[in-house]
Amino acid sequence: MSTALEISALSKSFAGVQAIRDLSFTVPKGVSTALIGPNGAGKTTVFNMVSGVYGVDAGRITVNGVDVTRMPSRRRIGTGVARSFQNVRLMPHLSVLENLLVGQHVRASSLAALLTPYRLIPNHRWKREARAALEESGLGRWADETVSALPYGVRKRIDLVRATLAGASLLMLDEPAAGLNPSETNALRDHLKALMAKGITLLVVEHDMHFVESICQNVVVLNFGEKIAEGPLSRVRQDPSVREAYIGSDGEA
Amino acid sequence: MSGYLTGVLVVLAFNVMAAYAVYLPLAAGQLNLGIAGFMAIGAYGSAFLTNEYMWPMWAAIPAGALAAGLTGLLIGLPVLRTHGIYFAMATFALGQVISALFLNLEVVGGAAGYPVTDYAGPNVVFAAAAGVVVLMLYISRTRFALELTAVKSDATVADLLGVPVRGMKVAAFALGAMVAGFGGALYAHHYSFVEAQHFNVLLSVFTVLYVLFGGTQTVWGPLVGAVFFTLVPELLRASDQWRYAVFAVFIIVFMALRPQGLVTAALFRLFRRRAPEASS
Repeated sequence: MSTALEISALSKSFAGVQAIRDLSFTVPKGVSTALIGPNGAGKTTVFNMVSGVYGVDAGRITVNGVDVTRMPSRRRIGTGVARSFQNVRLMPHLSVLENLLVGQHVRASSLAALLTPYRLIPNHRWKREARAALEESGLGRWADETVSALPYGVRKRIDLVRATLAGASLLMLDEPAAGLNPSETNALRDHLKALMAKGITLLVVEHDMHFVESICQNVVVLNFGEKIAEGPLSRVRQDPSVREAYIGSDGEA
Repeated sequence: MSGYLTGVLVVLAFNVMAAYAVYLPLAAGQLNLGIAGFMAIGAYGSAFLTNEYMWPMWAAIPAGALAAGLTGLLIGLPVLRTHGIYFAMATFALGQVISALFLNLEVVGGAAGYPVTDYAGPNVVFAAAAGVVVLMLYISRTRFALELTAVKSDATVADLLGVPVRGMKVAAFALGAMVAGFGGALYAHHYSFVEAQHFNVLLSVFTVLYVLFGGTQTVWGPLVGAVFFTLVPELLRASDQWRYAVFAVFIIVFMALRPQGLVTAALFRLFRRRAPEASS
């Protein structure tokens, strides 16, 4: 089976503190995976290294068969990896549609594309495509709203649409369900399942285990920057080292 | 048109061009406080070509603009490594250095100033300013403008979506410098005289003020700001001095209450939404 993401012997330290230590794991294509672990285990650091926000100290990162370890962050979207942030980061003063148009950059980056006055052309294909993607996710009515005026749950899902338009095949989501009410969580789950049905592989950092269970087939558990377990959630749950990492050796919750 | 009115409108035209020179980099989040320096390059460069090499104005003025744009490009590459207040300070110093350079350059008259033989009439200046406005309106309708806003709004996310953040910033800075140089070149040929002292810090700072007052979210902001700051003081000229003080207080209060400027994207959306409602 080909892999969406392969991480091998990855290490990273900040000012002498080892954040990630000799980490290796694989996300096969089509097998959505959760990256879990206590706070400070290094989950977001992994995201930052895969997306290129941080450089790596040692090790190798391969996305869809392409070595991205030393690739500038801006070029990585071209290999098919996109990410979300813990607090959704859409451009707040732009409309929903404009945010999606920025997402299309990777497929419209020539000088001619940059200088096309698309706003003067009624129903330009970029706008059509962005609207269609919104409609498909049931978000069509928000197209012309300013992002800062939208409910949190809607913003999270618009972030997903933007990543889809950027051509992502591996989508890294940092706590997608955090801060959502139950109905928003359900809408998000349906949205993610639809993306998976289209062949997009997810790598999810999430604390809500019910949510993880409903989305991910595989789990990688981190603690203090090291992998302590890997496999289906049902099996990982029984792992003594995982129980200890979560509950604490002295029984503290 | 009376000579006085023509004179005021010519000043307005120059202020509009300067405002857009500041607006372009500001749209990508870069405050250029050295715009006067780039005007000086355009002014001296083009005047030198018409005076010494007998270039026709129509070639010398764009050449002056190009020289300013090229300087912006070359200087923008290193200077844009700095951010925020440091970038503003670097451009501030740059403007001063360029101005001082011309002040001491004997080949263009030094401190005595540099008379310019060719003359561009008011209509040429109006047409040029209109051209700049049309160009800016065009740019504002493109993906380039959208991505500048994205860079300003969240450079990390823009970068991860593949937008060449640094390239965008450099392009906006250089284009702004070119517009400034264009305005400066026309200035030299309209007033038939250039002196380095004209291109001082106050000119740069006032221009930034127009743009911030008008607002940087839409392409109309700089135009509205330039019109306001050119015409209102002119209307107050014949009145009592205290009205200037009221004007200054008004600006302070306005910017405190509405830091995003007069014209905003939300304002446009409001009007767009009102229109269909009113007709239905």
